[in-house]
Amino acid sequence: MRGRITFAAVVGIVIVLGCASGAILAPWLAPYDPNLPMGSRWDPPSAQHWLGLDQIGRDMFSRMLFGGRVSIGLALLSTIVAFLVGVPIGFVAAMLGGWIDGLLSPIADMVLSVPPIVWALIVIVGFSARVDVIVLTVGLLYSVPVFRAARSIVKDIIAREYVEAARLRGEGMFWVLLREILPNALPSLAAEFGVRFCLAFLFVAALSFLGLVDQLSDADWGSMVKESSLAIPAGIAAPLYPAAAIALLTIGVNLVVDWLLSMYSRPQGENA
Amino acid sequence: MLKLLGQRLLLSIVTLIVVSALIFAITEWLPGDVASNILGQQATPENVAAVRAELDLDRPPHVRYIEWLRGVLHGDLGRSLASKRLVSEVIGPRWSNTAFLVLYAALVSVPLSVVLGTLAAVYRKGVYDRLIGVGSVTAVSMPEFFVGLILILLFAVQYRWFPAIATYKPEHVFTQHLQAMFLPMLALALVVAARMMRMVRTSVLTVLDSPYIEMASLKGLSRSRIVMRHAMPNALMSIIDVAALNLAYLIAGVIVVESVFTYNGLGRLMVDAVAKRDVPVVQACGLIFAAAVIGLHLIADVLSIVSNPRVRLSR
Repeated sequence: MRGRITFAAVVGIVIVLGCASGAILAPWLAPYDPNLPMGSRWDPPSAQHWLGLDQIGRDMFSRMLFGGRVSIGLALLSTIVAFLVGVPIGFVAAMLGGWIDGLLSPIADMVLSVPPIVWALIVIVGFSARVDVIVLTVGLLYSVPVFRAARSIVKDIIAREYVEAARLRGEGMFWVLLREILPNALPSLAAEFGVRFCLAFLFVAALSFLGLVDQLSDADWGSMVKESSLAIPAGIAAPLYPAAAIALLTIGVNLVVDWLLSMYSRPQGENA
Repeated sequence: MLKLLGQRLLLSIVTLIVVSALIFAITEWLPGDVASNILGQQATPENVAAVRAELDLDRPPHVRYIEWLRGVLHGDLGRSLASKRLVSEVIGPRWSNTAFLVLYAALVSVPLSVVLGTLAAVYRKGVYDRLIGVGSVTAVSMPEFFVGLILILLFAVQYRWFPAIATYKPEHVFTQHLQAMFLPMLALALVVAARMMRMVRTSVLTVLDSPYIEMASLKGLSRSRIVMRHAMPNALMSIIDVAALNLAYLIAGVIVVESVFTYNGLGRLMVDAVAKRDVPVVQACGLIFAAAVIGLHLIADVLSIVSNPRVRLSR
């Protein structure tokens, strides 16, 4: 039964691919300039403007495409930073153990004892709200849970017989890492990447919704919501489109992650 | 057991001190030229000198940190750079507003998710379980501000049942407070309960899979008796952990939700202070949020130590 694709997984893959291609192909797909007013404010959806116009009359659909580019890009970069920092340290802690592990784990506990958004606000006030600072901050904050996950994944694999066998055969540490540990850790790490991406995506969106991220030339989804949310008390639902896009992509990635986890989870009992 | 509790308390205090040092280092030491950093565009020589004097930047950082920590312990959090008022005065009223909101959301979300999560575990793989599963994946994926804005559009604009802007007015009676803060509470509680439900379900399932539950059902006990008498006491410890973890999410979520509902709490104060680069206020708010979460984990650990008979009864 392994590897069978479920309905939920198909939905997830369609959402993820749709969002990804919308973001990558934004300059070719967008019908209008995302930053150019071209009508009156809050025009309802029409044949020319599929999602209507925003608070100063810019085409909402084009803005969504370009905004997705920024939002997804920033979250992806942050997640990559988190993995580049967290995974190697996690591997080292798990494989060497001893005092390195004993030193790193309490540090991780201390960082995690404060909510990441509080750390982020403190860093913004201390350094700046530039986009590169935000990406590094989110990446470094999430490298801590990534470190923990990588450490426990590798610890679990090291305890298995085939690693023991390789070591008894006299294989070197590096060979064991490359041929035995890495291939077996990869599916779990991929799932962790999906989970982290979702959290980083929501995190960056929240920070820019709070207006604490310096603006790039194209507005991301979070700041689009912030700029237009004043229209909500007037009963206009358009500010919710970018927020809904954030939720939709997160659901999509979560569905794919759940499928990955169920596919690679080791069968228990007799077929193990 | 007392020794264990003492160790746990000591760990919390050490963590809080390390966190306070980190907060201080990030805001006043690592960035280098703090004064011009705070002022940004308005960094004229006079302004820079004023901020340097205000923050006492000419003295070495470790001396300033010790002084700051001593001040914090005596309730002196310095003066706000923006309004020149005492930080403790600025924070005072905001602090109780946030505490009210967090408590309100916690009292709704914890019992709700324990009941719903347990039911989903007991009726595993049933329609109800699937419904809870789909609902919680959806709710977990929604940013807090999206949930908040939908609630405003629906219940404040469309139906006008609750106010869109939550304010804590001292002249209100208790039920009016509950009504005024219903929407921000609901936004927080929904996001938190969605996570908590899933985790409660997993904790209860782990217990339900154990041999003594199979034994109990083979003895012919009724399902409700198995759940209430055999499963729940053993799931209690992990449920306490789950609740603590999620209440920590709740404390973090308050920062965004207060901004959505323009609620005069500590979270919005902190966001505003970050925008104004008001370092002393951000330091104080950060420290309070950190202390709240660290305290929460401490309480959870104490509760699970006390509720674990193996630890409690061992000498």
